[in-house]
Amino acid sequence: MLEFDFPPLQPMVFTVTSLTNYLREVLETDEILRDVWVRGEISNFVQHRSGHLYFTLKDNDAQLKCVMWKGQTFRLRFNPKDGQSVEAHGAMSFYPAGGQTQLYIDEMQPIGEGQLYQEFLRLKARLEAEGLFAPELKRPIPPLPRHIGVVTSPTGAALQDILNTLRRRLPLARVTLAPTAVQGAEAPAGIVSGLKALNALPDLDLIILARGGGSIEDLWSFNDEAVAYAIRASRVPVISGVGHETDFTIADFAADLRAPTPTAAAELATPITRADLGAELLSINQSMSTTLKSRLTSLRQDLLLAENRLQRHSPAQRVRTFLQFQDETRERLERAMNHYLSQHQLKLHNQLARLESVSPMAVLRRGFAIVSDAQTHQLISRRNQTSPNQPIQIQLSDGKIAATISGDTP
Amino acid sequence: MTDQPTPSFESAFASLQQIISQLENTELPLEEALKLYEEGKRLSDICSQLLETAQLRVETLNSTSTPTESEAA
Repeated sequence: MLEFDFPPLQPMVFTVTSLTNYLREVLETDEILRDVWVRGEISNFVQHRSGHLYFTLKDNDAQLKCVMWKGQTFRLRFNPKDGQSVEAHGAMSFYPAGGQTQLYIDEMQPIGEGQLYQEFLRLKARLEAEGLFAPELKRPIPPLPRHIGVVTSPTGAALQDILNTLRRRLPLARVTLAPTAVQGAEAPAGIVSGLKALNALPDLDLIILARGGGSIEDLWSFNDEAVAYAIRASRVPVISGVGHETDFTIADFAADLRAPTPTAAAELATPITRADLGAELLSINQSMSTTLKSRLTSLRQDLLLAENRLQRHSPAQRVRTFLQFQDETRERLERAMNHYLSQHQLKLHNQLARLESVSPMAVLRRGFAIVSDAQTHQLISRRNQTSPNQPIQIQLSDGKIAATISGDTP
Repeated sequence: MTDQPTPSFESAFASLQQIISQLENTELPLEEALKLYEEGKRLSDICSQLLETAQLRVETLNSTSTPTESEAA
């Protein structure tokens, strides 16, 4: 179009702006250039503070400026870095202010990803069909694991993340590491034998299978069917924590629980933390004290009630009652006795008077005398009881006198 | 009571929880309740102590699959 069919009087002159605008228009309307895949190696990679990615794609002979706007980067499933071979999709355009033609990328993947991804999907579909991912196979995670197995690289950040998390949340636990490579050709076999070795520990409660973030190739060992089978063959539940939030591997689908990261896996492995246990202990202590206190309070009340009842039925009370009764009785007795005595005194007096009246002494006072034998004290009431010169005794009212019979005797 | 080996947190905690439910039974003779309470206090102290001083124990399996102490955490 820049060729002219007729000889101009003067050559046509563009301004830079109009020419670059024209160039941009040409690029953007080209059927091929506006929807193109390109393969190359990343260099001069810069992630701007704004979130946009700027880099160059190059091969041995050429290079191409590339831009990926922040809005497109969320679809990236890897972290682009210098030296990485990628396949990028986008549209070519011209950036007038920078004076350069560049590719505006909307999609990018490491080389080989497309093929790997297809492989991943096929394996996933097959294992799913076998029932390996069935929800009913998922075992519950023990709430308070004592012995946790970890299958990961002994040198990776994932192990440190896991150990730090476990140390913080549940330092009571015991951890056994089955060290293994987590990327490379040897990794799947290493992971499988790690799972098996941990399963041989009799007191193991749980296994964490983990790896830090990486490209899809880095995580590929976790898309291995042997790993998936080993996870399902595990005696104890397996928590997977592979890569980042957005990475899903076959191991994740096979695991009893999938955690987005290694740290999250350690968190999910310890549903109950030291702080929870401390709080629980405190509440147990309180409830124990409360239970006992209320028990003692109620017993104390029972005791008080019993004491009251006891007091009501106390023998002391009965003794007191009895003593009072006794006092009253004694008084009555004394009264009765006095009355009786005075009555009888009177009677006695009368009797004495009567007795007095019939007493011989009374007769004596009237002038009679009682004569008795002085030796035999035999009363003498007849003459024939006497003999001459017989000594006799004569009782008068005021005393006795001795005498001798001198007169006649029968 | 003095020379018992320190139980594991889990077993002490389990016994403690058992004691709680036993204590809640009001039919229990007081003397036994007091004994249980004392035992509960003892276990709770042990648990607290274990929680306070717990250090993550980390062992590493070697290639012959026997655990060896590799990191004292």
